[in-house]
Amino acid sequence: MSVLVDRNTRLMVQGFTGKEGSFHAQQAIAYGTTVVGGVVPGRGGSKHLELPVFDTVGQAVKATGANATVIFVPPQWAADAIMEAADAGLPLVVCITEGIPTLDMVRVWRFLQGKPTRLIGPNCPGIISPGKCKVGIMPGHIHKEGAVGVVSRSGTLTYEAVGQLSKLGIGQSTCIGIGGDPIIGFNFVDALEQFNQDDETRAIVMIGEIGGNAEETAAAYVKAHVRKPVIGFVAGQTAPPGRRMGHAGAIISGGSGKASDKIAAMREAGITVCSSPAEIGERVQDRL
Amino acid sequence: MKIHEYQAKAILAQFNVPVPRCEYAFTAEEAEAAAKSVGGRVVVKAQIHAGGRGKGGGVKMAKDAAEAAEIARAMIGMKLVTHQTGPEGRTVHRLLIEETLPIERELYLGIVLDRVRGLPVFMASAAGGMEIEEVAARNPEAILKESFLPGAGLQPYQARKLAFGIGIPPASVGGAVAAMIGLARAYVALDASLAEINPFILTADGKAVALDAKITFDDNALYRHKELLDLRDLNEEDPLEVEASRYGLNYIKLDGTVGCMVNGAGLAMATMDIIQYAGGAPANFLDVGGGASAEQVKNAFRILLSDKNVRAVLINIFGGILRCDTLATGVVAAARDLNVQVPIVVRMEGTNVELGRQILMESGLDFNVGVDMRDAAQKVVGLAAR
Repeated sequence: MSVLVDRNTRLMVQGFTGKEGSFHAQQAIAYGTTVVGGVVPGRGGSKHLELPVFDTVGQAVKATGANATVIFVPPQWAADAIMEAADAGLPLVVCITEGIPTLDMVRVWRFLQGKPTRLIGPNCPGIISPGKCKVGIMPGHIHKEGAVGVVSRSGTLTYEAVGQLSKLGIGQSTCIGIGGDPIIGFNFVDALEQFNQDDETRAIVMIGEIGGNAEETAAAYVKAHVRKPVIGFVAGQTAPPGRRMGHAGAIISGGSGKASDKIAAMREAGITVCSSPAEIGERVQDRL
Repeated sequence: MKIHEYQAKAILAQFNVPVPRCEYAFTAEEAEAAAKSVGGRVVVKAQIHAGGRGKGGGVKMAKDAAEAAEIARAMIGMKLVTHQTGPEGRTVHRLLIEETLPIERELYLGIVLDRVRGLPVFMASAAGGMEIEEVAARNPEAILKESFLPGAGLQPYQARKLAFGIGIPPASVGGAVAAMIGLARAYVALDASLAEINPFILTADGKAVALDAKITFDDNALYRHKELLDLRDLNEEDPLEVEASRYGLNYIKLDGTVGCMVNGAGLAMATMDIIQYAGGAPANFLDVGGGASAEQVKNAFRILLSDKNVRAVLINIFGGILRCDTLATGVVAAARDLNVQVPIVVRMEGTNVELGRQILMESGLDFNVGVDMRDAAQKVVGLAAR
């Protein structure tokens, strides 16, 4: 089994004809994802990759029956693209774009309140259910179909963890990159809830990093609700305070957001926290 | 992006937040002229991007313009060490010359993003002059908070709640409320990520004034505030970091001996962590990004090697969009061009990894190959210690 995306996913692409949008749409199709078309304002009626292009998300949904969208729109217009997708009633919006102004995301956050749309990201690698459906920029071939759910704030560090699992012969049900920005849609708790309810997910890998307190909140949720093994890692144990470590959200400010506090909270909740990023696969193997 | 106090005060004044009469100066002569124009007793304040300046000797009183010039002469060029600068301190290049005011009370005002609620939050406290983090740790109830919507802004009733809540006397509430609303407008209009007035003072005659000011802007939003780019002070940044930013690289200098080059911020942090776990110390954080070209890899390499503390380099790449062969080509070219003398450990995984390894092997250069992250970290730490 898998969560959120599977063989029934009908994916559309916003920013379809751009360099990134084109490349990753092709990769998704090659992986076996059903891509039904895309949106580029002003290019409606044309074809791209032999698929229809629409001017608005509403038109695309109506004509193709899309039930998910992936956004590759540049940061200046990405917040607007998310809101357009939500307005068209799409249940799943995955925003890959990095560099969206924070106050734009504040507006998006409000806009999504009370709507049935789930937003994954922004500034994330996307979501993949191995062997079924790939929505995002992750390299498909490192994944393997199986029973471990992976959720992470990072991109390449997620690939690292997945690579370790696959090498040990441990497959994944679904891998979700929730993104490295201060304001994101789908969060750790949302992912834990999904994996907890999914019968075939037998263990969960949770990869956090410095900044904010999402890991602490997730730890409290694990303690209260999750009866499956959870294996964790927190990146940035050696990060200096006050510096933004690449991700807009990865900053230790005013003594909060430190790796040590997150690790302590996760251990307290019964999560196996890896001291080294090289042992994520092995610790999962131990607990399966 | 951070800016100086004098720049933040000029911005706040545009949003109707009262600030002391002040002028900035780059030389002792300018400081003297500024002190004359401000008039009377003045405060000379060193302008660096760090707090705790008073304790470090960066804030001094002068009874007249002549004394202001004397203080300025001593202050310009001095290394100011505060708890936020680290032991190496920061060189003072700019000063703020400001009128002195009769302080009745010192309060705190600040705006940050509340990540949990997804909204800016306005904070106010009666404990001005102290660091807000310290207040938050010791006495969190002493900080009053009001969230606001960016579109609507901070409402007058919210500002009144805060003002009365921190004990501002009724006669001064009107002025304080106007200043709070101005601060919130500035935060939204300029896409700030932090805006702080500490201390926010009440004078003996009941006026509310921003005695200090700190504003940090959201880098992602600077494209729509081109006028703010002029406020960047490159003296306040590490020269290597400035150069890295020119090539779209994310580089942060640290004080260890193992240079690292990684793709992706999370993996870059994890690489620093595993170096420490293996008994070494990272010399830097360097994220070459998801779609780096061979040229960018070369620039990244050059920048991390210009740090003289680097004794060995770890290249850790999980190729997704960035293909391993592209990376290997860039690394080989850079190692040849730059005549690299320090040992290099390469760990690659992902797209086109076999091709990448082949390029490294056939280069004739002496690369050490790490089979996985653990192996690579142990190798590089061993080499750096030799």
